[in-house]
Amino acid sequence: MKPLDGVKVLDFAQFLAGPMAALRLADLGAEVIKVERPKGGDLCRSLVIQDQRVGEDSLLFHTINRNKKSVTADLKDTDDQNRIKQLIADADVMIHNFRPGVMERIGLGYETVRALNPRLVYGTVTGYGTTGPWAKKPGQDLLVQSLTGMPWLSGNDGQAPVPAGFAVLDITCGNHLVQGILAALLRRATTGEGGLVEVDLMSSAIDMQFELFTAFLNGDGKMSQRSAISNANASVGAPYGIYACTDGYMAIAMTPIARLEELLDCPSLAPYRDPEIAFTQRNEIKAVVREHLLNESVQHWLDRLEPADIWCAQVLDWPSLLETDGFAALDMLQDIATADGTMIKTTRCPIRLDGGVLKSTRGGPPLGGDTEAVLG
Amino acid sequence: MSVVAPLKGLKVLDFSQFLAGPYATLRLADLGADVIKIERTGKGDLSRHLYVSNVVIDGESTVFHAINRGKRSMAVDLKDASDRNCVWALIEEADVIVQNFRPGVIDRLGFGFEAVKARKPNIIYGSISGYGDGHDWDKLPGQDLLAQARSGVMWLTGAQDHGPVPIGIPVADVLAGAALAQGLIALLVRRGLTGEGGHVETSLLEAITDLQFELFSTFLNDGNKVPSRPKHNAAHAYLAAPYGVYEVRDGYVTVAMNDLRTLFEVLGIEAELKTLDAFADRDEISALIGASLRARTRDESVAFMDAAGIWCAPVMDWHDLLGSGILQELDMIGATTRGDSEIGTVRSPLRIDGTRPSAIGPAPYLETTNLTWKSRS
Repeated sequence: MKPLDGVKVLDFAQFLAGPMAALRLADLGAEVIKVERPKGGDLCRSLVIQDQRVGEDSLLFHTINRNKKSVTADLKDTDDQNRIKQLIADADVMIHNFRPGVMERIGLGYETVRALNPRLVYGTVTGYGTTGPWAKKPGQDLLVQSLTGMPWLSGNDGQAPVPAGFAVLDITCGNHLVQGILAALLRRATTGEGGLVEVDLMSSAIDMQFELFTAFLNGDGKMSQRSAISNANASVGAPYGIYACTDGYMAIAMTPIARLEELLDCPSLAPYRDPEIAFTQRNEIKAVVREHLLNESVQHWLDRLEPADIWCAQVLDWPSLLETDGFAALDMLQDIATADGTMIKTTRCPIRLDGGVLKSTRGGPPLGGDTEAVLG
Repeated sequence: MSVVAPLKGLKVLDFSQFLAGPYATLRLADLGADVIKIERTGKGDLSRHLYVSNVVIDGESTVFHAINRGKRSMAVDLKDASDRNCVWALIEEADVIVQNFRPGVIDRLGFGFEAVKARKPNIIYGSISGYGDGHDWDKLPGQDLLAQARSGVMWLTGAQDHGPVPIGIPVADVLAGAALAQGLIALLVRRGLTGEGGHVETSLLEAITDLQFELFSTFLNDGNKVPSRPKHNAAHAYLAAPYGVYEVRDGYVTVAMNDLRTLFEVLGIEAELKTLDAFADRDEISALIGASLRARTRDESVAFMDAAGIWCAPVMDWHDLLGSGILQELDMIGATTRGDSEIGTVRSPLRIDGTRPSAIGPAPYLETTNLTWKSRS
């Protein structure tokens, strides 16, 4: 049995963070029904990247909304809203990511809905919480990265700030929502009552940076500074980073410099054996490592380092990752089918249960495809 | 704060160290669980002495404090018979066990899933590895940077001529921990219905593949075409202009997805948009935007673009962020004490019933006395 078999989830959210949380619940066995606007539905349906469309909808929509159903309803229309309220009365979880106040104005705010169904777990995603001067700002991934210092942690010192090049906060925030919703479901088994779970991109951004941010809060007030060469973590000393070789790149994690000197046969590292200076002189040390590694192939260096159990890896891109046995063994991919039978390749839920993986072949739902079956 | 504790009464035994496993149990602790760390006698969790800055709090690294606040600790030698008995006594009453040794190690120590299940059938058991189990990669060190290197994620950040750019925070660790926490709580929900236990597993590579799932799926259905990052102003490999980072007189601003026509009007850029494609010509377009913003200050740029409804933000650092007061407004910053030290902390990223559930209390000293579940003060 999947752990959430029988759990009913209403997903009023669109784009990524909220729908991604609902996707994880669907992966774990829940029945997820998207409630969408009659015209166009989830805006993600029309968000096309790389010209990739599957039937009516973008590939992106299918990626995020596989294994869900869809009903359409105009929440501002009384009849439609009443029908949705009947669904809510019988649901275990609902999720939305409207800006603060919108659901209240529509008449489906937490307090109203709780009166309708006291067992409901009500999950919300916002950009910056529900109060305070930023509550009404657009809760968009790149903008929240910018506001939280994150772009100063990637890339090298001297470069412009480098944001993570995709929606890491949406995904992390969706993950946090899943944790809260599951915990509230567990509590409900004891107390019989549902609850309100709120997450926001801002808090998730801080949580992602919590190790270094805690050091900052307790330190001398200086922000971690990126290393000028091969930065991969602003607070870690040499050689931690990425290095070019003749035919590609390799990563080296925490490694004593003296070991590196010996294994790489790199006498220029001799002045830097003292572990105390691995951080304070990281740019000098990394410059030596960089010059040295440039002369040979990735495999040449891996053959020297891996047998000694040094923490290193080849830097792969997606095509080369797909060719590895390691990735194949994870069984990380699955095929899903759209309503018209088109096959799509995507990834699966990253959680394995009782030795098995969680897969489902259902693609994203056509807009309102389940309205009649669900609402009658 | 203590009114919100959905996992109150839950007993978690945590054999893991460093980040991924302990991050999962931190989330459980924040949600109300009682977490006991089982650590090696002597040094304990290696992150106690993993210094990421010269900040030492009460003799241990800030990293350790950040990850392990609100937990308890028991130091044991897992190869010593009497210590093993103490651990088994804790397991008899535990709900959840978490471990992140390399595959096979915990089984050899005698505390693997099968061994525990034989004595306690309804145990919820969580394992995190680097790359899963049962193939060539399972002996590789499960370390964040190395998992990032293998996952392809380094080709998504930064600009074309940057080479591979790692995300400068341990995203694989954090998200593997998040996935494990979800799996553990989902199994607890199932146990409430069926009474059965179970084993949840994830790995750094699975978590970081999931992190890329949108764009990776695009690649899988696009004839395996790899993404091409912008030449400059980079913030996303797959999004069209103006999405990017722009240098201004005294810093940087970011501009998210916006209607180009409106943006050009607001910035007074006189280029013929008809001849420009927002994706194919993104470098040319971002150069125009960059040139137009360069002379202004950060605050000016944001203020006048904001006023015109353009989605933009200043690139702030942690000083600016703390100064803005937003984290205080969100109640994201906490404080605790250990020994003579005041410790500033970051709190749980989620709120339940309007309050932020957070493990109260500091990270534990390495404790050599035998703990019981009842002894939590």
